[in-house]
Amino acid sequence: MKRSLVSLAYALGLPVVLVTVWWLATRDATSIFVPRPTELVAELVGTWAGERLFTDVLPSLARFAAGTGAAIVLGILVGLVTGLNSGLRAFCEPVFEFFRAIPPPVLIPVFGLVIGVSDSMKVAVIVAGAVWPVLLNTVEGVRAVDAVQTETSRAYGIHGFNRVRYQILPAAAPQILAGVRQALPIGIVLMVISEMFFSSSGLGFSIIQFQRRFAVPEMWSGILVLGLVGIAVSIVFTMVERRVLHWYHGLKELDNAS
Amino acid sequence: MGRTMPRPGNGGPPLLRRALLGTAGVLTFLGAWEVTSRTGIVDPAYLPAASEVLAALVSNATLTGFWEAAGRTVTSWALGMLLALLLAVPLATVVGLWPFLQRTTRSTVEFLRPIPSVGLIPLAVLLLAEPLQQSLLIITYGAFWQVFVQVLYGVADVDPVATSTARSYGFTGWQRVRDVVLPSALPFLLTGIRLASAVALILAVTAELVIGTPGLGNQIALAKDAGLYASTYALALATGLLGVVINAGVRAAERRLLSWHQSVRGDAS
Repeated sequence: MKRSLVSLAYALGLPVVLVTVWWLATRDATSIFVPRPTELVAELVGTWAGERLFTDVLPSLARFAAGTGAAIVLGILVGLVTGLNSGLRAFCEPVFEFFRAIPPPVLIPVFGLVIGVSDSMKVAVIVAGAVWPVLLNTVEGVRAVDAVQTETSRAYGIHGFNRVRYQILPAAAPQILAGVRQALPIGIVLMVISEMFFSSSGLGFSIIQFQRRFAVPEMWSGILVLGLVGIAVSIVFTMVERRVLHWYHGLKELDNAS
Repeated sequence: MGRTMPRPGNGGPPLLRRALLGTAGVLTFLGAWEVTSRTGIVDPAYLPAASEVLAALVSNATLTGFWEAAGRTVTSWALGMLLALLLAVPLATVVGLWPFLQRTTRSTVEFLRPIPSVGLIPLAVLLLAEPLQQSLLIITYGAFWQVFVQVLYGVADVDPVATSTARSYGFTGWQRVRDVVLPSALPFLLTGIRLASAVALILAVTAELVIGTPGLGNQIALAKDAGLYASTYALALATGLLGVVINAGVRAAERRLLSWHQSVRGDAS
C-alpha cells in the first residue's frame, strides 16, 4: 500500500509541478500564442467532445487502424515467406531496403497521383509506409531462429503450417513486435500528414485549419488530442506486447537474476 | 561436387549469388513497373514508365537546383540531429545516473515521447518565422526522444562491478562518466542515432512537403503541381537514395566506433 502510494507520488510529482508553473506563468499573460491550462482543458472538451469526435477524430482513427493493421498483417505474411526462403530473401532484399529508406511522406503526392484523393489512398499510404519495419524485422526474426530448434522440429516431424505456428512465429515474435513498435508512429505520422495534404476532415486537417484561422487555443487542443492518441496507441501496444511476450520477459528476468 | 560438400546450413547463399539475385530482384521490379505503365494497367500519365523516371532522375542530377535542394534537406537533417544529440545525451546521462530523477521524470517522458512531432507543425509555423527553424523544431523533437530513451537504457545498463571498480580506484565522478558510463552506453547511443537519423529524415522531408521549407520534399510538391510527373517520381526515388546513403553512413560509423565491442567483433569472426 505504502509502496504504491510512493510510486504514485513519483508519477504525479513532476507533472503537477510543471502544470502549476505553467498556470502561474500564464495567469497574467496576454500573449495569444500561449494557452492557459484551464482554457486548454475547456477547449479540449468544447472543441472535440461534440460533433467533431464523429466527423474528425473517429474517421482519422479508423484510417489509422485500417492502414496500420493491414501493414502489420501484410508485413508478417510477406516477411515469413521471404525469411523462410534464402534465395527469395536475396532476391527481394535490395528492393525492400530501398523502399524502407524512402521517407514515407513522399508517397503521399505520388499515391495522390496514382489512386486519387480518397480514403483508400490515405489507407494505402499508411500501409505503404508502415509495412517495411514489420516486414524487414520479421525477415530478420525468422532468419535468426535457433538452428537447434529447427532440427528438433524436423526430428519431431513438425512441418509446414504447424512449424510456422509453433516454432517460427514464437521465436521471431520479439523481433516482429520491435518492428510493430517502429511502425505505429509512422502510421500516426502518415495519417496526420495525408489529412493535412488532401482532405476535408480528420485530425490533421482540423489542426491545420485552426492554425490558418489563427484559432490558437483550438489548435493547441488539437495538438493535445493528437498527443493523447499517440499515448493511447503506445499504452495499447505495451499491453499487447506484454501479453504476447510474457514468456520472453519471464526468460529475460531469469537470465538477469542468475 | 555438391554431394560431398557439407550443407551450407543457415549462412544463406554465398555473396556472389546474393548479389546476382539482388540485382535480378531490382531488375524484375523495374521491369514490372515498366510493363504496368506501358500496358496502361495504371494510367501512364500518372505512373510514368520506369525508364522515363530514371531518365528524369539522371537529367535532374545534372542540374544545380537539384543538388542545392538535396543539400538543404541534408543540412536541416544534420542540424536537427546535432541539436537532438546535444540536448539528449547530457540530459539522459544525468537522468540515467540519478535514480531519483529517473523515477520523477518517467511519467513525463512517457507522456511527451509518443506525441507525434508532425502535430507540432502548426505550432512551429505560428511561433517561428524562419522555415529552417520551423523544420528544426519538428526534426529535433522527433529525433530527441529516440536518442534520449536509448541513452537512458544505456546508462542504466552499465555493469555495477565496473562502476564499483572505478570507484575503488578513486575515479572522480567526471572520470567515471567519461571512462566507464559513456563507453558502455555507446552501443545504445549509436542505436539511438540510427533510429533517430531515419526519423529525422522523414521529418525533414515532411516539413518540406507540408510547410514548404526549401529542399527535396518541396521540389516534389512543386514538380507535382507543375504536372511534371516523371520528375515527381524521380525526386521521390532521390529521397530514397538519400535515405539509403544516410543509413549506410550511420551503420559504417557504428561498426567503426564499436570495433572494440563484442557485437561487432563477434560478427567479424
